[in-house]
Amino acid sequence: MSVLVTTLLAILVLGCMALVFGAILGFASVKFHVEGDPLAEQVDAILPQTQCGQCGYPGCKPYAEAVANGEAINKCAPGGEDTIKKIADLMGVEPPPLDESHDTDNSPKVAFIIEEDCIGCTKCIQACPVDAILGTTKQMHTIIADECTGCDLCVEPCPVDCIVMIPIAKTPQNWQWDLNNIPLVQLD
Amino acid sequence: MAFWIASSPHNHVQSETSAIMRLVIYATIPGVFAQWYFFGWGNLIHISLAIITALVAEFTVLSLREKNIKAQLFDGSSILTAVLIGISLPAIAPWWITVIGASFAIIVVKQLYGGLGHNPFNPAMAAYVVLLISFPLQMTSWLPPLELMALPLNFADTLSVIVSGFTIDGYSVEQLRTHIDGYTMATPLDTVKTNLTLGMTIAESMESPVIGENFGVGWEWVSAGFLLGGLFLIGKKTIHWATPFSFLASIFVCSLIAFLYSQDSNASTLFHWFNGACMFGAFFILTDPVSGATSVKGRIVFAALAGFLVFIIRKYGGYPDGVAFAVLICNMAAPLIDQYTRPRTYGHNISPSKSGNE
Amino acid sequence: MGSVIERIKRGNFWTFHGGIHPPEQKFLTTDKPIRAVSIPEQLILPLQQHIGIAGELQVKVGDKVLKGQALTHSMHPMAVPIHAPTSGTISAVKNAVIAHPSGLSELCLFITPDGEDKWRERHICIDFNQLTNNELIDKIASAGISGMGGAGFPTQVKVSIREKIKFLIINAAECEPYISADDLLMREHSPSILDGINILDRILSPAYILIGIEENKPEAIKVLQQATAHNEHIQVCVVPTKYPTGGEKQLIQILTGQEVPSGVLPSSLGIVMHNIATCFAIADAVINDIPLIKRVVTVSGQALKKPQNVWSLLGTPVGFLLEQCGYANKNKKHIIMGGPMMGYSLPTDQVPVVKTTNCVLAPSEQEISSPYSTGTGEIECIRCGQCSDVCPSQLLPQELQWSAKAKDQPQLEKLNLFDCIECGACAYVCPSQIPLVHYYRVAKSEIRTQKQLDIKAEHAKVRFEARKERLARDKIAREEKHKAAAEARKVRMNSGTPQAKTEKSAVAEALARVKAKKAQQTKIGDSVTADHTVTPIDVEQKSQVSAAIARAKAKKLAAQQNIPTEKSVSVDTTDDIAIEPVNDKKAKIAAAVAKAKARKLTEKSNDTALATNKNTLDDNTVISKQVEKSVDDKKAKIAAAVAKAKARKLAEKSNDTALAANKNTLDDNTVISKVVAKPVNDKKAKIAATVTEAKASKLAEQQTKLEST
Repeated sequence: MSVLVTTLLAILVLGCMALVFGAILGFASVKFHVEGDPLAEQVDAILPQTQCGQCGYPGCKPYAEAVANGEAINKCAPGGEDTIKKIADLMGVEPPPLDESHDTDNSPKVAFIIEEDCIGCTKCIQACPVDAILGTTKQMHTIIADECTGCDLCVEPCPVDCIVMIPIAKTPQNWQWDLNNIPLVQLD
Repeated sequence: MAFWIASSPHNHVQSETSAIMRLVIYATIPGVFAQWYFFGWGNLIHISLAIITALVAEFTVLSLREKNIKAQLFDGSSILTAVLIGISLPAIAPWWITVIGASFAIIVVKQLYGGLGHNPFNPAMAAYVVLLISFPLQMTSWLPPLELMALPLNFADTLSVIVSGFTIDGYSVEQLRTHIDGYTMATPLDTVKTNLTLGMTIAESMESPVIGENFGVGWEWVSAGFLLGGLFLIGKKTIHWATPFSFLASIFVCSLIAFLYSQDSNASTLFHWFNGACMFGAFFILTDPVSGATSVKGRIVFAALAGFLVFIIRKYGGYPDGVAFAVLICNMAAPLIDQYTRPRTYGHNISPSKSGNE
Repeated sequence: MGSVIERIKRGNFWTFHGGIHPPEQKFLTTDKPIRAVSIPEQLILPLQQHIGIAGELQVKVGDKVLKGQALTHSMHPMAVPIHAPTSGTISAVKNAVIAHPSGLSELCLFITPDGEDKWRERHICIDFNQLTNNELIDKIASAGISGMGGAGFPTQVKVSIREKIKFLIINAAECEPYISADDLLMREHSPSILDGINILDRILSPAYILIGIEENKPEAIKVLQQATAHNEHIQVCVVPTKYPTGGEKQLIQILTGQEVPSGVLPSSLGIVMHNIATCFAIADAVINDIPLIKRVVTVSGQALKKPQNVWSLLGTPVGFLLEQCGYANKNKKHIIMGGPMMGYSLPTDQVPVVKTTNCVLAPSEQEISSPYSTGTGEIECIRCGQCSDVCPSQLLPQELQWSAKAKDQPQLEKLNLFDCIECGACAYVCPSQIPLVHYYRVAKSEIRTQKQLDIKAEHAKVRFEARKERLARDKIAREEKHKAAAEARKVRMNSGTPQAKTEKSAVAEALARVKAKKAQQTKIGDSVTADHTVTPIDVEQKSQVSAAIARAKAKKLAAQQNIPTEKSVSVDTTDDIAIEPVNDKKAKIAAAVAKAKARKLTEKSNDTALATNKNTLDDNTVISKQVEKSVDDKKAKIAAAVAKAKARKLAEKSNDTALAANKNTLDDNTVISKVVAKPVNDKKAKIAATVTEAKASKLAEQQTKLEST
């Protein structure tokens, strides 16, 4: 009898404890529920928002959602190594190198329309993800340089190749103390 | 004709890290001299051996890491570590103790963590603790002061003991440590500790020949030597006053409270100050900037914690002295201390009395 | 406040954290008076010499300007005009290296002095008390005065403060080593300086005026004390020599015991600070109507034979000043604009003196060693903490340095990186020779850039989302419109009237047409992509466009030419054979071939399975086109026949989908038509040509479709 009672008692006690702790845990999970930023949102905040589509997704947000669902994190060419590192930190993984299919040159650029060549076809306007091109059918188009993200998407559709990507010039205002590349004037 | 570009400031105070290291090494001279005077050639032999080992170890690792050997080998940091190890070892410890200790300090504690400036622990103390735990017998074979020894010990004898374990005349380490009256002599701290467990009072322990008239024959002078060297460093502004001051004050307060509580079972504060590695630790170990706290406030907290731990280990621990252990524990706490003792930046959290009219 | 003043009067000042005592080296220049140097051969005036924005250019190349004439103009409060330092001609307006650590070029005016030094008309004001405050501020603004201590903040902004001012602090500390320009200015021109201070007093009406001066300038202190002896309002505060006492925040702390909260201007505490040289410039501008066209510059350093303070016209190249002071270093030049602690190296000696230039330093190699000749260079930080001991902002330079190296921007901001005043004290004392300030500067500019990028990214995101929404909205609107129209039609059709019936049949017909078209399109290929938006334009109008397209395609071809595929090669061969008979007009045809190839290669990048089929069609077009062009030529007539035959056969075969068969037939055809073509006489060729023309136009239509894919 004593064995049976002891066993039952043990089961009972453990069961009660399990019930109590389960209740506490359940209560805590409801009470202290944290409405965390969904992962996609956090990834989206890291991406450079050029909306260039080089990752194979139509814009940064779709790519962010894809990353949250397990897509490779090394597909953002404009962001380059920095962005990969930040996403890797966020996801807690080792930062992989940039996808090989991309250009490694991610220096900031801005699109420029060679205006004498423009035929006013509006193709670039339709391609621009941030509406940074002004113009209408058969009128010369121009780029609002401040709004341009340098995504490159308008270059391909142009039938007359009149759009070029110009690297943003260094000025004393945006200079980053790169002392090694100061052009020294050599006399003699 | 060419121009060159540099970032400001263009002028620089003529001080280098190696100069700081050199100065600290010079500051150990009074203490080392006292060690030589009272305990013979042992520590000098260990210091030389440690320096050679440390340089070889450093050279090996630096060449493996493909670093600039010429610049880093002689920056003085490894030599200083070696000197500190040599000072802290028992005078007649076997030679391999030094070799293992110095190699461990340089290879594992310093270089494996990234080299100069990156080691979280004080290399000398980490090596000392490893040796103490691994080789307790050799590491506790402290030599009594020469004047108390039954047998004479010259340079050749010391060298022979360190190399082979026996003097030229064939006496063993144990025989060397034996008093004229036939019993083995321990350090003053050890003596007091052992006697307390035997039920003797502090006053009775003070009668022991190793303690002599004040706090320990020889030991008091060695401590005084390090104190002198330390004051010299503070005078030169090589080390900050806050660390040793806080450490000594902490030990003083702890031991004073204990002493006032029970004079029979607690040694006096000055006994704590002038025995063991107290002075040495205060001025030469805790002031190691790499593994310590950075801000003045941080240093005070850091050293006070170390002092408290030293007292606790001396009073309740299994070892008679606890500077090395205390230092390692504080090294671990240093980043946390730094985190909470950041100074208030100019223009931030200005107290009302400062921002308003006075 | 009373106790503050009492304390100041007792000379019992506060202190700031840290600070250093670098060798002062002021003796090099303090024993000599300010020297006037001659006018250089050319003056270079950067349009912007201060913090803020540049004004608009008022002169053009070739203009004669008079001394003191305004060269730029702007209504913007942060813009400061520049003036001609002497009379002469504008010889150029172009980019030149400006006085900036980057050594980058910006727009500068080049003036060739005529040597006459002829003034514009001046209106000397004998008593400034008769002017209103606004008139005074206007005079200061139009004189182009910006802070002359180093930062170069527009002075008119600093004198138009609305807040109630308790302390006007005149900064005469001049704590940087070597520099003695302010010292000499005080010794020689104290009455003018006092006038300037009185003008500021009038405008700002502060409760007290404090002149902060370091105790290492005894003569200047004596002169100032004598000049202000009768004025209880002005207090000369002699403070201990310590670098960087001259920092705005540090001097405020020393004199008033107050800290300027981070990110706030001192005026919020009722404190305004002006440099002593600015006071002199204000007096000159208001009383003598002399705009800011010259300043005292300390030309010092052991590489000079005669280091001295000079009155330099703005725009004087530093090389000219160094030459005047006997520059001896011939080999390696290290020229620093500003002091040794905060100045910057110049990449050339053609950099001009600007409004903020207080010193040009030419040290010898022993004095300030070159970054290349120092032995060990930077070694690891040993956390000795000396940097945090000397930091006047009480930062933790060593932690900042680690975070800067790790590019940990959030941590850098947490450690208050932006409260660093870049005084250089930490790097000065660092035993590991770490260029700490340089790390901070890089980190600061990176954080600033990153912030701008973040703002831009956020902006782009908003625009992207807005565009997506707009597109979705348009789509829904379009669909609804279609639906409404369809429903309206349905209602009409179902009404049973004969009109409805005809409409019904029309719809059916249209549907059939669409189906047929679709079938055709499927044949051409399913590679139709999103941009099938080219609206059909009639041929004549199109020619211009297609010419542009051809140009573009040729451009693209150049890039693609090094990746030919098997298929394109086989097609090319066919092409060559077909063209052979018409090689008379080589140039024309070559152009056409190029065009054709370009088109082919572009299309090749489309769906490969159907590439051959497409190319076949393409070939026909090309050939027909060639034929068109060469109809009038005799030989070309034969070619036309060849083309005709080919075109017909290929048109027949083009429906054939079997790839291999198609290719084979193509080759066969070529051979056959070649054989056939030879005996054909002129008449036949003419007919053939017309037929081909017709076919060509048909094929051109197809071509249009292909173009759009």
